[in-house]
Amino acid sequence: MISANLSAIFYLISGVLFILALRGLSSPETSRQGNFFGIVGMVIAITVTFLSTGNFTSGFAYVLIFLLIGGLIGAFIAYKIPMTAMPELVAGFHSLVGLAAVFVAIAAFLNPEVFNLGSPGDIKLGSLIEMSIGAAVGAITFSGSVIAFLKLQGIMSGSPIIFKGQHPLNALILISIVVVTYLLCSTQSSNFFWILLAISFLIGFLLIIPIGGADMPVVISMLNSYSGWAAAGIGFTLENTALIITGALVGSSGAILSYIMCKGMNRSFFNVILGGFGATEQSSSTGSKEQKPVKSGNAEDAAFLMKNASSVIIVPGYGMAVAQAQHALREMVDTLKKNDIKVSYAIHPVAGRMPGHMNVLLAEANVPYDEVFELEEINNDFANADVAFVIGANDVTNPAAKNDPQSPIYGMPVLDIEKCKSVLFVKRSLSPGYAGIDNDLFYKENTLMLFADAKKMTEEITKNL
Amino acid sequence: MEIDPFIFRLSIFILSIFIGYYVVWSVTPSLHTPLMSVTNAISSVIIVGAIIAGLAGNSENIFNVSSIFGFLAISLASINIFGGFLVTQRMLAMYKKKKKDK
Repeated sequence: MISANLSAIFYLISGVLFILALRGLSSPETSRQGNFFGIVGMVIAITVTFLSTGNFTSGFAYVLIFLLIGGLIGAFIAYKIPMTAMPELVAGFHSLVGLAAVFVAIAAFLNPEVFNLGSPGDIKLGSLIEMSIGAAVGAITFSGSVIAFLKLQGIMSGSPIIFKGQHPLNALILISIVVVTYLLCSTQSSNFFWILLAISFLIGFLLIIPIGGADMPVVISMLNSYSGWAAAGIGFTLENTALIITGALVGSSGAILSYIMCKGMNRSFFNVILGGFGATEQSSSTGSKEQKPVKSGNAEDAAFLMKNASSVIIVPGYGMAVAQAQHALREMVDTLKKNDIKVSYAIHPVAGRMPGHMNVLLAEANVPYDEVFELEEINNDFANADVAFVIGANDVTNPAAKNDPQSPIYGMPVLDIEKCKSVLFVKRSLSPGYAGIDNDLFYKENTLMLFADAKKMTEEITKNL
Repeated sequence: MEIDPFIFRLSIFILSIFIGYYVVWSVTPSLHTPLMSVTNAISSVIIVGAIIAGLAGNSENIFNVSSIFGFLAISLASINIFGGFLVTQRMLAMYKKKKKDK
């Protein structure tokens, strides 16, 4: 058994190691070392917890068994999961953090003595408030993440679910969470604790159902943030520095990512959270589009265009992930490079279903990360490029965001692909993107539409090069 | 008058938010997905609370309600810890620089 002070110092060390883990992610070279710091920090925290309880008799074996069960499941998932499923995986992991926070809060509420929080029915007020916050945020994280997971997995429709009185109902529940927390603290009655958990689960569910599939980058980041705040709440209850530091780090990390995602769509955070985007946006422009002429081509045309280009910029989007076309794409690019054509990739901040989604897929396909550029880095290069190859992206290229103040996406930063000499769009059909907005680029003189599955089309182009 | 230890914890919390703010802004956008999976893994340090709850039972009564919740939380958190760190490692191993000889 080690003293409380000594273990507090070790918890501080693991907190610092977690900071270094995130710090490492500032560049791909240092990131692997950062991940290692994170693992060391976790090992220290767990070991110190065992040593500080000093109880190696009764429950110890069971703790190890449950740890191993979880570890095996986790390791299995980590090795099996395809990279295209990362958004679902992250949403699933968030739900587990949330549920774990709820379970720890329940354990602490039922047996406060082991955590030095008082006795049942007489828990210290401060601890009870912290516990309630941790439990409520944890429950919201859990049910919200489950919905996000179901939507990303396609088990639940990605379209927003909206009903009358949704916002007043949510507001009412949020207020009642505060009221129930107050009642719980003043009466110490376990009934209020269970009610608090129940309504928190409910609100997490209600908050996410009105948010559409394409807003998932914001939702995932937001839930990431929540899972951090839940951990911090529990950290205060347990008076554990490692948990408090980690909770704060994760909380602010998720908040920053949500901010970046919102900015990438030029929408306010509340606009996303209140939801409904993409459900009702069947605006004026949809009526006339069928008549407009579209130039569509085949793989040979596309190959011809690219063969005669000296520089090509590739714009990947969610469609590439759906079609699993990243490997085929890289093979196409390899062939282009053999013909001395300069190729780079342009990534919009909200391309895909989570922050950095496209980058991971390209990395998986062995695309060197120094050929992949962010929006601001590459946007000026389109004017000098010969061909823009858009694969599975749409709204992030729509010039309406720049010149049509009526458009729902007006003001959103977009890739200036219309400045390229020619544009190739690989798309399954003319259907508009999630925002329900027509893209004028489809009808431009120098645009060639390639209607096909992204993977098949890229493979065919490669054959024709 | 003595300062409540809560204030010290609050100070750690607030300062950590600021550290998080600056550290996360310096994360390169191409690593935002690994950032999410690694934050997932480290927030599962909540397992320390679960372990305390799991070890709380005495030898006659290992499975009281509180420690059962502890055991369940241990499993959930360790799925995240192992899964989160390993999948991050798997992703980071894929990020490669351009080969010079090309």
